[in-house]
Amino acid sequence: MAAKSTLKGLKILYLALHLIVMVFPLYWIVITSFKPKSDIFKLPISYWPTNFSLSNFDRIFTVSKFHVYIMNSLIVSIVSALAVIIISILCAYVMARFTFRGHKQIMLAFFLTQMLPGFVSLAPLYLMMSNMGLTNTRLSLILLYTTGSIAFSTIMLRGFFQRIPASLEEAAMIDGCSRISSLFRIIIPVMLPGIASTFIFAFVQNWNELFQAVMFIDTNSLKTLPVGMNSFVLKFDIDWGSMSAGTVISVIPTIIMFAFAQRYIVEGLTQGAEKG
Amino acid sequence: MKQRTFIWFSLFPAFLLLAVFTFYPFLRGVVMAFQHYELFNLNNIEFVGLDNFEAAFKDGKFLSALENSVYWVFFSLIFQFAIGLALALMLKKQFRGRGVYQGFVFYSWALSGFLIGLIWKWLFNSQYGVINDLLLRTGLIHDRIGFLSDPSWAMFSVIVANVWYGIAFFAIMLLAALQSVPGELYEAADIDGANAFRKFFNVTLPYIMPTIIATTLLRVIWIFNDPTLIYGMTNGGPAGSTNVLSSLLIERLLAGNYGAASSVGVIMLVILMLYTVFYLFVTKSEKVGDF
Repeated sequence: MAAKSTLKGLKILYLALHLIVMVFPLYWIVITSFKPKSDIFKLPISYWPTNFSLSNFDRIFTVSKFHVYIMNSLIVSIVSALAVIIISILCAYVMARFTFRGHKQIMLAFFLTQMLPGFVSLAPLYLMMSNMGLTNTRLSLILLYTTGSIAFSTIMLRGFFQRIPASLEEAAMIDGCSRISSLFRIIIPVMLPGIASTFIFAFVQNWNELFQAVMFIDTNSLKTLPVGMNSFVLKFDIDWGSMSAGTVISVIPTIIMFAFAQRYIVEGLTQGAEKG
Repeated sequence: MKQRTFIWFSLFPAFLLLAVFTFYPFLRGVVMAFQHYELFNLNNIEFVGLDNFEAAFKDGKFLSALENSVYWVFFSLIFQFAIGLALALMLKKQFRGRGVYQGFVFYSWALSGFLIGLIWKWLFNSQYGVINDLLLRTGLIHDRIGFLSDPSWAMFSVIVANVWYGIAFFAIMLLAALQSVPGELYEAADIDGANAFRKFFNVTLPYIMPTIIATTLLRVIWIFNDPTLIYGMTNGGPAGSTNVLSSLLIERLLAGNYGAASSVGVIMLVILMLYTVFYLFVTKSEKVGDF
């Protein structure tokens, strides 16, 4: 019995330590973002913000145009995530409910897209986009982000479809509903949490994407948040105050969204990948 | 609508987008690897056979990136997995506040590698970084360490950040697998008088093995392919000590050396294919590929 309670004590100790290690970096970035420049570069460093200041946030909205970047990120991320849901829902439904020739190969192709080193495609994509006159447009990112999320959105949504018994829509179809209307009236409402989490997963991926945005967007008024952040990195001497404020703004939405969606995302991914 | 028509109508938009923006540019990129192709010299494009590959294997920068990639992937994966599995086992049993706890330790999953690189660059700062400060205060070190400016420390530092980033992925996936182990299996093991150790190796581990194989396989591919964390943290420096193949590819790409960049990409692809086949063979798991 004594060994068992020692083990339990160790476990609690480890979990506490792990919590600190995970939370501290975020805490530190938040603290830094509220310190005035003079305090950020002062020794000994302070673990609490003694002079609470909003100057870093002020600077990234006036000197750098972070409100513009946020807007661009929102537009690109939301439009792409919506588009991918519409495209993937039909794909996932078909892949979940029907078996047909090529079914297995299509599923394999979806998984394959997740394994390709995507950076091989970047140079040809750049040339394609500039031939189509799409460099320096939000549309270029929307097209690429939508395409980039099709595979995992389909895999996830397929997992959610598989949990809904086919008898549900069959009953509706016997009652005279067409397949499409039974899909939209009966199945999709039941699946809303799954759809919402897939949307969030896609949104977060788009929100975080860096290199495509760096390659395709030059104009300041079209830059997304990661591109805006990238301009801090390119400077020789990083302004850690602005950097921290920018990071805080970039990560807060994704953390909140993931906290809500995480459970469904895991269910969708594991289900979608397992049953075949 | 006929069923067949409905099926292909539903799949068509996805096929179209994937063909145009994923598969075509990918194949085009593979072709580029065999061309002399520079963005700022577009009049002078020609097929050069294996020249780009030959140049790569004679280039010290490429060879050191190849070697660095091995360390980067191996140590990142081992620690992400081991800590992730331990955490999943500790979180398996329900306790009060578990959901909130998970929210606080799993959030790193939602961040981008780029931002995590930036955050850790600040934490590891040699002058004003908090890690140096904590180590000095506790007396573990007496002089500041240049975690990111000293070539002998830099790889260690980026791996620490990457482990921090990836624990959540393994913990989440393995926890989901652990929770799907049927309770009857443990009851049966209890009746046979198995201790906790035996139960783990004879019941738990075999049951979650497919998940372990699939997640480690995927994770290796992602770590190998993703340069964002290193780009944000060190950009391959100092003196190339954290340059891996993916960050070398990005460096050449952003410099407009498309042929050279693509050849690095193709070499990466070949390495990954060999690795995947080897890994699935060793783990004797044709099942993982059978979705």
